[in-house]
Parts: sequence; C-alpha cells; structure tokens
Amino acid sequence: MLPTLFGVAVLVFFLLRVLPGDIVELKYSGTGAYAPKEALARERAQLGLDQPLWKQFTVWISGIPRFDFGTSMWTGQPVAHEIAIRLELSIELALLATIVAILISVPLGTIAAVKQDTWIDYGIRLFAIAGLAIPSFWLGIVMILAFVIYFRWLPPLTFTPFWVDPWANLAQLIWPALAVGYRYSAVATRMTRSAVLEVLREDYIRTARAKGLWERAVFIRHALKNALLPVITVIGLEFAFLVGGLVVTEQVFNLNGIGKLFVEAISQRDYTMVQSLVLLTAFVFIFVNFVVDLINAFLDPRIRYG
Amino acid sequence: MVETTAWQRYSRAALRFARRRPLGAVGAAVIIIMILAAVFAGVIAPFDPLINDYGAMLQAPSAGHWFGTDAFGRDVLSRIIYGSRTALWVGFFSSFLGATLGAVIGMSSAYFGGKIDLLLQRCMDLLLSFPLIVLALVVVAVLGTGTLNVILAITLPMVPRCALVVRSSALTLREMPFVEAARALGFGPLHIILRHMAPNVMAPYLIMLTAFLGQAILLEASLSFLGLGVSEPQAAWGLMLRGAAVDFAERAPWMAIYPGVAISLSVFAFNLFGDSLRDALDPKLRLS
Repeated sequence: MLPTLFGVAVLVFFLLRVLPGDIVELKYSGTGAYAPKEALARERAQLGLDQPLWKQFTVWISGIPRFDFGTSMWTGQPVAHEIAIRLELSIELALLATIVAILISVPLGTIAAVKQDTWIDYGIRLFAIAGLAIPSFWLGIVMILAFVIYFRWLPPLTFTPFWVDPWANLAQLIWPALAVGYRYSAVATRMTRSAVLEVLREDYIRTARAKGLWERAVFIRHALKNALLPVITVIGLEFAFLVGGLVVTEQVFNLNGIGKLFVEAISQRDYTMVQSLVLLTAFVFIFVNFVVDLINAFLDPRIRYG
Repeated sequence: MVETTAWQRYSRAALRFARRRPLGAVGAAVIIIMILAAVFAGVIAPFDPLINDYGAMLQAPSAGHWFGTDAFGRDVLSRIIYGSRTALWVGFFSSFLGATLGAVIGMSSAYFGGKIDLLLQRCMDLLLSFPLIVLALVVVAVLGTGTLNVILAITLPMVPRCALVVRSSALTLREMPFVEAARALGFGPLHIILRHMAPNVMAPYLIMLTAFLGQAILLEASLSFLGLGVSEPQAAWGLMLRGAAVDFAERAPWMAIYPGVAISLSVFAFNLFGDSLRDALDPKLRLS
C-alpha cells in the first residue's frame, strides 16, 4: 500500500510539472496587466517554484507524514486546512450516497432474482441499465429543474452540520446523494441479482428446503447471507464511481466540497492542491479496497490472505 | 455451389446476432442512427450550430426550433446533432487508442514474463489506483482542455483495465504449441505477438473496446460539463448542460433536458450493444 502511494505521489508530482506554464503566468495573464519578469520571478521564488524539482518534491513528500501537504498556490492557505473545512460535507455525501445505493440495490436485486424472467425482473434490469447510462450530473440538473418549476423551491445552499440541524442538513444533501446513489446502485443491483440467482441453485439451498425449513428462513439465513459477499465487494470497488459522482454533482448543486475544490484547483493550476487531492483520493480508494478484502475474509472463512 | 462473399458472411452473422440478442440489435440500431446523424450533420441540421442569433435567444421549442434555442440564440437541435460528432469522435478514438495500447501492453507483458511483466504490472497497478475520472482530470490538469487533450485524458485510464484482461487471456496462449512452434522456427517476439497472439485475444479486446465506448462518452460529457473538456463554441452535449440548471432553469428548461437525453440514450445504446457482444463472444468473461 505504501509503495503504491509513493508511486502515485511521484507520478502526479512530476506529471504536473512536465509541461511549461505555471500558476504564476496564469495569475498575471488573468489580470491582463503587464508583468515584468522580475515580478514573475519574485512570485515563483515565494512559491518555491524556482527550486530544483527534486527539492520541491522532497519538501512536499516529507511534510505528508505530519499531515502538512504544503500551501495552496492560489489562496496561500495550508492545503490541509482547505481540505479539512470541506471534508465533512463530502464524507457525509459519500456515506449518504452509499446508503442510498445499498437501500436501492439489495432489495431490487433480490426481487429481480426471485422473480427471474418476469416483467418485474425486466423492469428492474432496465432500471439498472438506465442507471449506468444517465449521467449523475444530468439527474441532478433535472431534479433542480423539477424543484424550481413545480415547487418554486431550491435546496439550501449553505452547509449545516448534521448535529446542528439534521433536517436542514438532509434537505441540502439528500438530493445529490440520490443523484449519485442511483448510478452507484446500478452496478450493485445487477451484482445482487446474479449473486442471488447463483446461490439459489446451490445444493445447501435444496437441502434446507428438503428438510422442511420455512421458505423465509431458507431465503434469509441461507441464501441472502451468502449472496451478499460479492455485493459488498462490488460496492467497495464501485467506490470509484462515487468519487466521480461527487466531483460532478457538487458542481451541479453548488456544494462546497472536495470535488468542487479539485475542479477549481485544476482550472487554476494549483499544483500543490491538485497533487495532494489526487494522493488523498488514491489513498481512500486503496484503503476502501483493503477494508473490503478484510470484511470479505471476516465474513467468509474460506478466504484467507497469506 | 454458390460462393459466399465476405459481405454475405458478415451480413448473415449480423442477422444472427440481431435475432438472438434483440436488445443488442436495438443498441446497434441507435448507434447506427447516431453515426448517420454525425456524418450527415451538415445536411440534416436545420441551423448552423455556431452562429449566434441575438433576435432568437432562449426561445421555447416551436415549429422553427424543435428543441428551442440557447442563451446565444443557437438552435438546440442542431447543436445536439453536431454534438454527436464530438461524442462519437472522442468516444471511438479514445476507446480504440486505450484498448489497443492496453492490448499491446498486456500481450507483451504475458509474452516476455519475468521482470518485464513485473514492471509493466506495477505500472498498471499504479494507474489502477486512481478512480477513472480522477486520472482523466489529472491528464487535463497537465495538458489543458481541448478535444485532443480530452481524448488523451480518457485514453489513459482505459489502458490498464484492458491490459489486465488481455494479459490474463494471453498468459494461456504463451504455453500453446503454436506459439512454441513459432518460437522454434526462429520468429522474433514482434512477429509472434502480432501474428499469433493478437488474433487470439481479439475477443477480450473487442469486449473491452465496446465496454469503453459508453464510458468514454459519459466521461467526455462529464469533463465538458465541468468546463475541463471540449471548449466553446464547439457543440458538445456536456458543454450544453453547463450552467443550464441554475442560470436558466425557469426560463429555458429545454436547454437542460434535450442534451441530457442525448447523452443517456447514446450511452444506453452503447452499453446494450456492448453487453450483448460480450455475451455472444465470451459468456464466461464478466465485467461489471
């Protein structure tokens, strides 16, 4: 895990600096004023951009164990601070979207499997395939349109922490969570359906039925419990969708979260911010996969990691 | 005996595919309509997609402008038709590039084995530790916006995913007698990879390629929507949605509806076609 993260850090750091043109030029060209060469050089020196690359890299990487990600080249604030003030919103949105995805996918996938090849099954499958095709940002736009046109209402724009006012908090975040969660659930629904179908054909299900167990007990205790393993895996793996969903839906709903920060940092060529955010995403991504592996090993004694 | 031409064989195979997998055929039909719309955009589009008409700003759908007009008075329908050019161009080009590069890396990785395999696999693992869109955004951050850069940005995350799949099916090929025979005859790695391995990994290659198409179109729309993709005034679906929700929600909802329908419909079609193709070519390979 650590070597991979180090590789990510090296890759992103040097990739961002391969091409000429940096934030200083962008800042000055934005103002339209004439910028003397000395002013540009002074600004670069202030940001540490005049140092050799390897030195810039060691300064940045050695701060990370102390949670010091450097200072944002655009705002001059510490990167860690800029991220921290936006983290709560994004984490809550991610959790809500995951909950939405699970609440949609597990029941729907199970029903589709039980009613295989009926119109219910086809309907659910269509719903899932559509979820993969409809961009979550467009779903968000359509939601906002519906609110404005039919209810003359918009979700609140300022973030209220959950423990301060749960209702105001949910009124803001539940909509983007639904928009992201629908797409997120699409893959999980298909996975649940095929997993349940597979399990229902197993011998132990036939045995359970043969010994006269209640159909509901067979289903919940024997079938569902085993079918949920791959579903958990897929929910972890599709975490990547979630990240992408956050980046675009935060833009649609004008939420001041990590995704919005990322997009802004890229358009401003704020290297320190971009590389830190990429490293953070890669870390979360790898970490989630690791946790999924652990959960799987815990739930299924047949899986053992050496 | 009547000789069958290649054309007849292909059309017969296509018919069989359509009969067995009606959903895939529906997807293929939508794709063909899209391609036709993109090729003949100049003939079927009622207006020029780039010309501003300040006398016709934000007009509701009417007989003249079926899908209404946008804030610059440009016809939304015409921009959607021209937008299919952008979507297909970016989609096909980046999927082809990503899948091909991935296949080459996957095959060489499997053929050479040992240290080269290990090194290539580490590189692919590194690229896989980014979510799709994050890697694309990094590339845009490096190269800047514009159609060509967007294509490269979408290509890069596709490469390791294809390399992984192709490598695993190429690994079994390496031990095949015909590969060993070719090696015994003294052919070099390039010849063996291109002439003996490549034809045998066509199925996973095509499956990955078609699976990428929908994702590439979706990714292009997302990037353009964020303002980090194709730039104005070029007609692109994601770009048309940019700002449509908040700024014009009440005055011009049609601006936000139709381009989204176009994106969803095309991605839907590509996914249906890709799924059916996967089932037809290799029922065992499951990609979620």
